[in-house]
Formats: sequence, C-alpha cells, structure tokens
Amino acid sequence: MSSTANTADVGMRRPDLSAQRLRKRYAAERRFRLYGVIAVVTAIGMLAVLLGSIVQNGYSAFWQTQMKLTVTPTAEQIGLEGQPTPENLRDTNFRPVVYEALFQLFPEVTGEQARRQLRGFVSGAAARDIREQVIENPSLLGTSFDVWVKTDDKIDMLHKGYVDRALPPDRRLLDTEFIQWHDQLDARGRVEAFFNTTFFTGTDSREPEQAGILAATVGSFLTLFVTLLLSFPIAVLAAVYLEEFAPKNKATDLIEVNINNLAAVPSIVYGLLGLAVVINFFGFPRSSPLVGGIVLSLMTLPTIIISARSALRAVPPSIREAALGVGASRIQTVTHHVLPLSLPGILTGTIIGMAQALGETAPLLMVGMVAFIVEVPTSVTDPSTVLPVQVFLWSTSPERAFIEKTSAAIMVLLAFLIAMNATAVLLRKQFERRW
Amino acid sequence: MMKKTFAIAAAVAAVTALPSGDAAAQAREQIRIVGSSTVYPFATSVVEQFGKETQYPTPVIESTGSGGGLQLFCAGVGAEHPDITNASRRIKPSEVKRCQENGVQKITEVKIGADGIVFANSVEGPDADFQLKHIWQALAAQVPQDGELVKNPYETWADIDSSLPDKKIEIYGPPPTSGTRDAWNELAMMGGCKQFDMIASMSESKMEEACLTYRSDGAWIEAGENDTLIVQKLNSNTNAYGIFGYSFLDQNRNTIQAAKINGVAPTVENISADQYPISRSLWFYVKNAHVGVIPGIEAYVKEFTRASTWGPNGYLVEKGLIPMPEQQRNAWRQKARNFEPLNPEEIMG
Repeated sequence: MSSTANTADVGMRRPDLSAQRLRKRYAAERRFRLYGVIAVVTAIGMLAVLLGSIVQNGYSAFWQTQMKLTVTPTAEQIGLEGQPTPENLRDTNFRPVVYEALFQLFPEVTGEQARRQLRGFVSGAAARDIREQVIENPSLLGTSFDVWVKTDDKIDMLHKGYVDRALPPDRRLLDTEFIQWHDQLDARGRVEAFFNTTFFTGTDSREPEQAGILAATVGSFLTLFVTLLLSFPIAVLAAVYLEEFAPKNKATDLIEVNINNLAAVPSIVYGLLGLAVVINFFGFPRSSPLVGGIVLSLMTLPTIIISARSALRAVPPSIREAALGVGASRIQTVTHHVLPLSLPGILTGTIIGMAQALGETAPLLMVGMVAFIVEVPTSVTDPSTVLPVQVFLWSTSPERAFIEKTSAAIMVLLAFLIAMNATAVLLRKQFERRW
Repeated sequence: MMKKTFAIAAAVAAVTALPSGDAAAQAREQIRIVGSSTVYPFATSVVEQFGKETQYPTPVIESTGSGGGLQLFCAGVGAEHPDITNASRRIKPSEVKRCQENGVQKITEVKIGADGIVFANSVEGPDADFQLKHIWQALAAQVPQDGELVKNPYETWADIDSSLPDKKIEIYGPPPTSGTRDAWNELAMMGGCKQFDMIASMSESKMEEACLTYRSDGAWIEAGENDTLIVQKLNSNTNAYGIFGYSFLDQNRNTIQAAKINGVAPTVENISADQYPISRSLWFYVKNAHVGVIPGIEAYVKEFTRASTWGPNGYLVEKGLIPMPEQQRNAWRQKARNFEPLNPEEIMG
C-alpha cells in the first residue's frame, strides 16, 4: 500500500524527461565529434601552412639563372704552358676568357670601375666550368663557341623576381646597372633559368649559386649507416633477451624503467656524452659520421628496444608453446618463430628511429658536425656534415639567395623522411599478422 | 644456429673494428678551424677559394663561437686539436694562460678587419640619430634620475629625449653567449653609461653592474644567436630596433635601415676609419706548433692576407668585411706570414 503510494508520488513528481535527455546526449556526442573534426582540421591546416611556406620559399631554388657567353679561349689568354693535356689545362686560369666575353657583350661599358662591377655579373664558377669543358674537349681551344654559365646569385634573385625594382637604389639589393644589364641580355635571349643540377651535385659553398647538398646527403647516409649497424643488432638482442629470456625481477624492472627514461632524454645530452667519451676518451675523429652515428645510435636505441619489445609481446604465447611442444629449444623457438613473426613490427620501429636520427642536429653540434665541409666524405672517418645541419647553416647566412636554398634543402629532407615513414607503413600493412 | 650467432658477432666486431685504422692517424691532411660565428662567413669564403686554387684539401670550419673556439684551440698541441681559431674579439689573458698550461706556447695573432654592429629598424619606421647614452638609457635596468639610480621609467624613446621618435621602446638583441653581445656591452652599453657623471665616479665592479644589467620589463628581448631571426622580427614589427652585424644590414637594405649613432652612419668608410662608435676587430689565431706539420697552413695564411682577399676590392668585402687601412694591413700581413708569435705579456699586461 505504502509502496504503491510512494511510486505514484515519485511518478507524479518526476515528469518523463527521457526524450530531452536523449536529445542532450546526442547533442553532446555531436559536439564531441565537432571538436574532433576541428582538431583534425587545425592540425592539417598547420601542416599545410608549414609545407606551403616551405614550398613557396623553396621551389625556385630548383632553378638556376644562367647566361649565354660567346667565349674564345686561346692558349695565351689562359696561360697554358705546353700541350693542351688535361694536366696542363688544370693549371690554367679561364677568368680572363670569361671577362673578355662579358665585356664584348657590353662594349659600351668602359672604365676600370664599371668593368669591375660588370665582372660581378657572372658567377665565380663560370671560369672553372668552361675549363672543365675544354679539358674534356681540348679541340675547343682557339675556337669561338657558345656556353651557358651561371650568373651571380644577385642576378639569379633578380631574374626570379625577388628584387623590388620600384625601391629607390640605395635600398635595393642590386645596383641599377645590374638591372639594366640583365634586362638587355634578357631581351637578347641570353639569360634563362635552367634546372639547378648543382643543388644536387654540388657541396656547401659561400656562393649561393654554387651551393649544393651532395656532401650533406652522403654524410647523412654514412651517419645513418653507422647508426643502423650499431643500434639495430644491439636493440634487437636487448629486446629479445628482456622479453624472452630474462627473469622478471627487480633488476629487469629497473632496466625497463631506465630504457623508458632514456627515450625521453634530450638529445643534446647524448652529444655531450659523445664528446666526453667517444672523442675525448676513445679519440675517434671529430666531425666524422662514425662519431655522429655512435651518438645517434645511443639516441635511437631506446626507441628501437621499446618497439621491438612490444612487437615481441604481440606474438601470442600459443606460438611459443606449440614450438616448445614439438621439441624446439628456447633459442629455436625465438629464432625460428617469434623473431620472424615480430620482424615487421621491429623494422617499423627501427625505421621510425632512423627517421628521428635523420632529422637530428643538437647532439651533432657537440661532436663537431656543424661545420663548413666542402669535400664529399668517402669513409665514416672523413669530416662530414648532415642534411639538417646544412639547413641550419644556410638559414643563418645573410645572403638572400640562401633563403630559397634553405627551404629547398628542407624539402629534400622531408622527402627522405616521407619515404622512410611510408616504407614503415607499407611494411606494417604488408606483413602484419592479425591473431 | 651457430652460423647466425657468428654472423651477428661478426657484424658487431666489424662495427667496433671500423675506426681502428684511421682514428689513430698521426697527422691530418686537412686544416681544422674553429671559432666565431661572426668570422665564419669570411673564413668559409677563404677556405673555399683556398680549396679550389691550391692542391691542399679544403679546410673544415666549425662555427663554435669565439669563446668555444679558443677553448678547443688552447686544449693542446696535436692532430686532434684545431690548428686555427677565429675570434670576434681579442684573446683574453685567461685564455692565453690556459693555452700555455696546455703546451700551446706560440700563437700567431692575425687581425683581419673590422665589423660594425648596427642598431637598425624597419624602413617603414622613423629615421633616427641616437647618442650612445640614449641607447643605454633605453636598455638599462636602472637609470640615473635626480642624482640617484631608479628603475628604468622610460616607455617611449621620446621619454628619454624629446628629439627622438615618439615610439614604444622595443629592442631585439643577441643573448649573452654571443660575441656580438660582448662587443655591444663593451662599446655601446659601457660607452653610453659612462657619460653619466654619477656612474663614471663609481667603483669598477659597481659600474659594471649598473651599466650592464638589462631591463627585464619586456622592452629588451633576447632573440637568439640567429641574426636572420632578428631581421625578420624587425620586418614584422616596425616599432622595434634590432642589434646585429653589418653584413646582415648589407644584405637586407630593402627592408631595414640602420640608425646613426652619435651622428655617424654605419658605412664601410666610417667603420674602417674608426668613426662609427660600435665596431670591433676580427681576428684569427694560428698554432705555430702545427705550422709545417699540418700541410697547407702557410698557404692558408697567405691566401687570407692577400690584397685580393682582405683588401678594399677583395672578395671578403663583398661578404661584408670592413677592411683595415692599408698600413695596418701591411703590418699584419708581415706578422702573419712570418708567424711572429704573440707576446703573452701584451695580453696579460
């Protein structure tokens, strides 16, 4: 009696709100989804702005302004002694040839001062490029031929439209004469932009038009090679031992905590360690990919160990039990079954670790890889630099033309990173097993 | 199974064995240079030219800062230590001492030219002519007012002196680790604050504290070692002034302009003639013990001290170096090419 009265009371005091509550719940869910979409759009937007500004700043670096000169090198002019053999030609100076051709293009430019200025129109590499051509084909000597040579980076900037012609001369990056000369040549079809092969085949230079990324790219490969060679076997062995063989006790717990901590240590710390131990104690050569690789492998080891351990853990125990059940030893179980099955996961982790190492500069600063290096390294003990360091060095250069070079080098670096990460994704997609 | 074990062991052994050949190399083939980031653009131009025109390999240059460079340089004699260090200031007594302690006895000092430090703003902003004391008053934590030091009250330049623009004070400059900052402190800050009698009469250490403590209310902003960054900040904020090297002004004339200091504009002529008040000398130091051991050092010094390199028409001028007057150039060239060692007394006093 009392209970029915109670329920009736309650029923009367509480109107049916379920529809309203349901609406609220749906609204909350829609809001939550909206927040999610906004978050994703913001992230994509930021990425787009970043990539957009890099591409916009950098795409022009893949073109290089060149000018057509009609040169007539004579043995006398280049100071050739003896026969035009490659050895003798290497000791010659083609600069007078280049200047002569330049002065012929502008016969109206006379006087020491004006002619000195005119010399600045063409890149310092022009004379060397022509010399190379003549060395390859000595019969060119004494004949008149057309050759495309690089212009100075100032003219390159002008041709690409980075010089504001409307500004008063004292604020403009370029003197009025250069603009006039450029326009005259342009009208005569003697100035043109070509694909910039120097950017890929050249090495670092103080002259933007001669600067390239070859030495840094080779340095990056050598450094990564050392990193991979060191960190992969060590990390896999560590992971296999910890996961498959080690007893679970305080000691292994401590090791586990420490590995996780190491993964979060700022990378500059590894640089300091490298300086103190690898260079100062072991006496390995400074600035070499060997030292850089050792430092970077210290940095990537925890990443690979962690991912390798989770890949090993993902292999179901039934596999191990079945192997042991048919008489396999523990090491056979691991090497014949568990390791092959977890390899895609381990490789994915390794590639991601390598991609991290490829983009790292801070630890390399300490071991002397932030350096001006012109020669392409041929072994892991040669002085060398890496791509991200090249980006950093160019970004601090005052010349306007280095701005586009910086962005272009970033684009190349990003291309490598995308390729590596895409490989990781592909590996996972291709070989991943679902249990 | 055993095969695999061996394969892994062999791989590990191969990696650890890799360096043994070259690591212990007694002499280097290549000159190694460290030091100032201000001298870096000039030194790199020289080594590039040197590498292309001589039979020697191109030297390696690390940009470590003047202090860091001298530290590496003075660490000892031998192939594992650098041969040359660049500096945007003269070597300090403490560094000479360290060098001597580590067996680096004979050092050749070479002055290569000068570099102006400019105080610049966006071309959209007003032209200005500052006295050094105005700049110090804008930057110091405490300034003299009515005979005592008070917390810096100046909000706008016009508060300091009515002839200056009525704009908020905002100044971007280099961090304390930078050689530019050292030179700025010595020339601009000390120079400006000593013009106040009450500070000039203080004891040395008190004066230093009063002169070199920067305000921390947001008007002074440390913008990092990267001069490119300061230039970009000036472009986006037309009120702001920035402190950086002359070569960056030269390459960004379309967007920034330099203020006159004490009525003198930072031009090549004024800096070279020592008229512009905030300019410093650039140097490099050669370890004499390495000359003749590491191939090419003589040739490098020769290349650097050529008229076509550091003279008024040389290629370093194009990069923003302010050349020395001819007489000084000749004197330094002679010292450099003969590797006349620096007299430690001269520095230690």
